[in-house]
Amino acid sequence: MDAPTTAVAVYDGNTLAGPLSEVFGVELMTAAGRCRSCGTTSQVATFRVYGPAPGFVGRCPHCEDVLLRLVRTPDALWLDFSGVSALRILIPTDSADEEQQP
Amino acid sequence: MDTTTTATHGASSGTRGTKGPPFLAASPSGGAAARTASASTLVLEVIGWPGHLAGQHVDVRLTAPDGYQAARSYSLAAPTDGDRIEITVQRVPDGEVSSYLADEARDGDVVEVRGPVGGWFVWKPEDSGPVLLVAGGSGVVPLMAMIRSRDGVSPAPFRLIYSVRTPQDRIYDHELRRRATQDGGLEVAFLYTRTVPDGETRSVGRITAEDLIAYGWPADVKPTCYVCGPTAFVETVSDLLVGLGHDPAMIKTERFGPSGP
Amino acid sequence: MNIFTRGFRGRKRDSSGQLPPGQYLTDDFPVLSAGPTPRISLDAWEFTVTTEQGESHRWSWAELMALPAESVTVDVHCVTRWSKLDTVWRGVSLDTLLTDIETEADFALVHSYGGYSTNLPLEDLLGGKAWVAYEYEGEELAPEHGAPARLLVPHLYFWKSAKWVRGIDLMVQDSPGFWEQLGYHDYGDPWREQRYQGD
Repeated sequence: MDAPTTAVAVYDGNTLAGPLSEVFGVELMTAAGRCRSCGTTSQVATFRVYGPAPGFVGRCPHCEDVLLRLVRTPDALWLDFSGVSALRILIPTDSADEEQQP
Repeated sequence: MDTTTTATHGASSGTRGTKGPPFLAASPSGGAAARTASASTLVLEVIGWPGHLAGQHVDVRLTAPDGYQAARSYSLAAPTDGDRIEITVQRVPDGEVSSYLADEARDGDVVEVRGPVGGWFVWKPEDSGPVLLVAGGSGVVPLMAMIRSRDGVSPAPFRLIYSVRTPQDRIYDHELRRRATQDGGLEVAFLYTRTVPDGETRSVGRITAEDLIAYGWPADVKPTCYVCGPTAFVETVSDLLVGLGHDPAMIKTERFGPSGP
Repeated sequence: MNIFTRGFRGRKRDSSGQLPPGQYLTDDFPVLSAGPTPRISLDAWEFTVTTEQGESHRWSWAELMALPAESVTVDVHCVTRWSKLDTVWRGVSLDTLLTDIETEADFALVHSYGGYSTNLPLEDLLGGKAWVAYEYEGEELAPEHGAPARLLVPHLYFWKSAKWVRGIDLMVQDSPGFWEQLGYHDYGDPWREQRYQGD
């Protein structure tokens, strides 16, 4: 498994946890997004992710269409979630909240 | 394990008015303990570290005197221990952050960390079911955090299958052997893709379904499976596990980049 | 609050003035990718220029090969801060491709196989500044570097030099491409360090 000569997604959605935490106060890795293109629902952690430069591109694990794009400039974070037609975000209950940070 | 890097020029810290974890000052502590030729482990003291779950990440950010910044995401290698966190850095050729952390950082230097982040590829001590861990190369790092978090806390039986190029590439070699010897609830199998040590009966080769049958769990005991490594490794193992009857919903994966076993 | 990291300088950046500001020199040819590498057979390959009136002009691979080609030696500058000097390319000048096309357009939106796009002023494609390149250092392009053909616009940051190029829309008004929609500069002059919008 040497460095790929043809590009495959070397990362997955897990790698977006830090940048997305800059703008979302909820855990997005366990959120499920529906692909606008093929209709498949996948957890954000499982998105195929290309990047990090010039920016991150998250693609559908099923059809490879673009689900999200994320660019960090010196003074802004640009986020395009338009490839996701709906996002189901688990809202922590009080008891789950306690589990979150042991 | 290093996952990604982002770099910005002239970005100022402390300007975020957002809800996520802030960047905190962190200092290396206790010197870098080399684990293998290409990976070394670093303990960082982070004042105000909020604690984390096994499998979570931390983003490490470095700032040059001219304001240039580079950040990388690393898996946390050990359970919460007050203000101390542990990361294992795989040197990547021309990697400005990994080379700094592995070769340059000294006790008392200051870097910034943000975390913990990532709530999907995690194991919690209250999860008592059987666990299969499958690591390719430095993908063992978050799985090591799970093994260490389990110790003395959880009866969940763990099996680790760890694929490396050569015996010299085994990170946490001695600790894994010690734990497997002392702890009846942990089994560890090493697979080698280039060179085997003396006495090894399995010949060199990439992971196969037979390896998963021999060293993993049968699908009917419904283990939670954590697979971490380079993309091709992760995809191979996931496909093999599904082919052996494991529920795709029970397979959690993390890809960390182009370097691998 | 500004915390500096002792001993960290990032990659050594050029201060000789030979490179644009903030760049460092590399001998490698890094591959940046926003998606899977498209595989296009030469039989199916087409290059299409569409005017603001909706008129399309198409070239097959054989037709592109029949056009006069140029060899050029240029420096390339990636927005991710690497620069590479004296790279040698062969391809067809956009002057040749656009010569008989009637247009009032001021802008171009370049499209690639695989869905990538990038925008730039039309005049930056003309005047011996841009090529549809199909050879690099005497060899046909590698798939990860844009085979069978990529745009080459070396006076702008390299994200404008779209890999796997399939066509150009000529437009009266500017329209942002794949990265320009997410904060990157519409023009991207490396010497003025136009990385992001507002630079």
